[in-house]
Amino acid sequence: MNPPPFHGGLYLERHKSLTGGQPIQASSLPSLLVMPLRQRDGRDALPCVSLGDRVLRGQRIAGGADYLDPPLHASTSGRVLELKEWPLPLQGGLRGPCLLIEPDGEDACADPLSPLDPATLTLESLRTRLHEAGIVGLGGASFPASAKLGEDRPVIDTLIVNGAECEPYITCDDALLRERSLEVLRGAELLRQVLGARQALIAIESDMPRALHAARAALATGDYPGLHIVPVPVRYPVGGERQLVQTLTGREVPSRLWPAALGILCQNVATIAALYRAVIQGQVLDTRIVTVTGHGVRAPRNLEVRLGTPVYHLIAQCGGYTEAIERLIVGGPMMGYPVGDDGIPVTKTVNAVLAASRGELPAAGDPLPCIRCGDCAEVCPARLLPQQLHWQIQARQWPRALDQHLFDCIECGCCDAVCPSRIPLTAAFQEAKQVARMLQAERDKAEHARRRFEARQARLQREQQDREAAARQRKAGLGQGAAKIQDTLKKVQRKRLAQNPPPDASGRP
Amino acid sequence: MSAVILLSLLFAALGLLLQWSSKRLKVTGNALAERIDALLPQTQCGQCGYPGCRPYAEAIAREEADINQCPPGGAACVAALAELLGREPKPLDPAYGASKPPAVAWIDEPRCIGCALCLPACPVDAILGAPKYLHTVIESACTGCELCLPVCPVDCIEMAPAPELKSRLTGSHPDRKAA
Repeated sequence: MNPPPFHGGLYLERHKSLTGGQPIQASSLPSLLVMPLRQRDGRDALPCVSLGDRVLRGQRIAGGADYLDPPLHASTSGRVLELKEWPLPLQGGLRGPCLLIEPDGEDACADPLSPLDPATLTLESLRTRLHEAGIVGLGGASFPASAKLGEDRPVIDTLIVNGAECEPYITCDDALLRERSLEVLRGAELLRQVLGARQALIAIESDMPRALHAARAALATGDYPGLHIVPVPVRYPVGGERQLVQTLTGREVPSRLWPAALGILCQNVATIAALYRAVIQGQVLDTRIVTVTGHGVRAPRNLEVRLGTPVYHLIAQCGGYTEAIERLIVGGPMMGYPVGDDGIPVTKTVNAVLAASRGELPAAGDPLPCIRCGDCAEVCPARLLPQQLHWQIQARQWPRALDQHLFDCIECGCCDAVCPSRIPLTAAFQEAKQVARMLQAERDKAEHARRRFEARQARLQREQQDREAAARQRKAGLGQGAAKIQDTLKKVQRKRLAQNPPPDASGRP
Repeated sequence: MSAVILLSLLFAALGLLLQWSSKRLKVTGNALAERIDALLPQTQCGQCGYPGCRPYAEAIAREEADINQCPPGGAACVAALAELLGREPKPLDPAYGASKPPAVAWIDEPRCIGCALCLPACPVDAILGAPKYLHTVIESACTGCELCLPVCPVDCIEMAPAPELKSRLTGSHPDRKAA
């Protein structure tokens, strides 16, 4: 057996056959579209339509101010009903402002962006196109694709196209590769050429034979000198960016740095396909493939969904819930999060909806005390010591948790899966990261206030000095003036003396 | 007998060494004040009796002021100072005021007469305005020190709850509290 490609990780039950064999089915139009304004960095995008406006498919409705604020587009034609707080597909059951659109059923399209010629495409024009088409990483993190091509980017030697869908249950990338691998290959070649990269590696898990076959068949149809299809071992989380880089190149991405530091750019297969469509056809990103799966839904399948479609509409198209439904999870069983409301809309981050039946996923029981078995450290792909972090977080020792590289945690959930005491470690780490960020924000604010206070003190002191200097000068000026007056007075006196000398002096001769 | 002499000599030598090092290697007031200042909330409110956080930090470094005189910092600040200075934490001294939730000043614009009296009162220059023009508070710079309240002749400044501090990456999570 080969040595493991990266530290830790797990072999997990795959459950991919639930949806694995079926073609991608286009989802029908829902009666209501919910377009969340919340961006990845916590800001809310600024809407650019008014209530009551008719919008067309592909029309920009919000955002687009800068590269970290990718625009949102209407995914069908209809009328803007209202701006409303709505549950968001985010951890913790958050709500946020959403634009509600009532589709009119005509599905009328706005003018597409003008297609670009791949032969003359430059990095800057590609970057602009990715931004205006609203393309973000579709693997789940939704980092704006245009921001990954920033100006301060080092030279990219290798482009990695991530088709390693390691999370159990999810098959949306598999389905995409099976049906549209030509788009992925052409998009990858296009991006490779624009970047001037030596090679593009398309990573596909070795237990996705049909996706591998389809990709290889597509590769054989054309001339793609820099493209390589690389099967990667099935080991969770091989699809994690850092783990995939290590698996493919043998090099480890340093802590706190991105793969770009090694001359590597990673993009998900779906992102690459969206890039291809945006460049060649001028299409904006207004759909994505979502895996609806689990034993809690009657007919699991992959749906191509308009962004903004509420989850209940997907469930309805998959035959509805079964009686055994217990939990609804957005994402996979390892990194997904439970949601309490199936009205949440599909966004660019939602790659799967898992309707879990009773007993399908490990029950969240009361955690027992940590027995320091160290299993979590053995499976941690980031080579952290989760048990140690756990103690420090319990003791609220944030600086020590940071010293133990809390922020290197990729939240893969391996430690949770092996913990014999069922301690929800990943959730604790996520919260600790939030607390650490809040504390940092507080420190930043205090530092900002201190600088402003010191700047003001310096200014007041300077003003005081200026005033004193001016006063001194006035006094000195006054002194000079007095001397002048004295001089003039003396001159006048002398003159007078010369003109009419005093009587005793004149009467002498 | 020789052992006693030897040990006495040794201890005397070590004592002298300690004496010397405590003089030579003493943390100067300035460096200590800097470290104390880093733990203070930088509200610059003057509730401690000193005209700003830095002067208070210097007073603590000179051992003129106690560590429990900072209401905006609250118990967390006292605890951090106690740890830095190797002392026992103590409750906040109520003589200097009570700890309040973070707030920012807010000007009720219809009532503002543009007198510009609040501008010099602000320790961090967070109020924008000029005589006979409407004033406004730069929310991100306001520390909530309340020093602008007493100088306003028409009482048009009010304290509003401070906006949630947002972290750049994931935004605020009001529903998630620290464990």
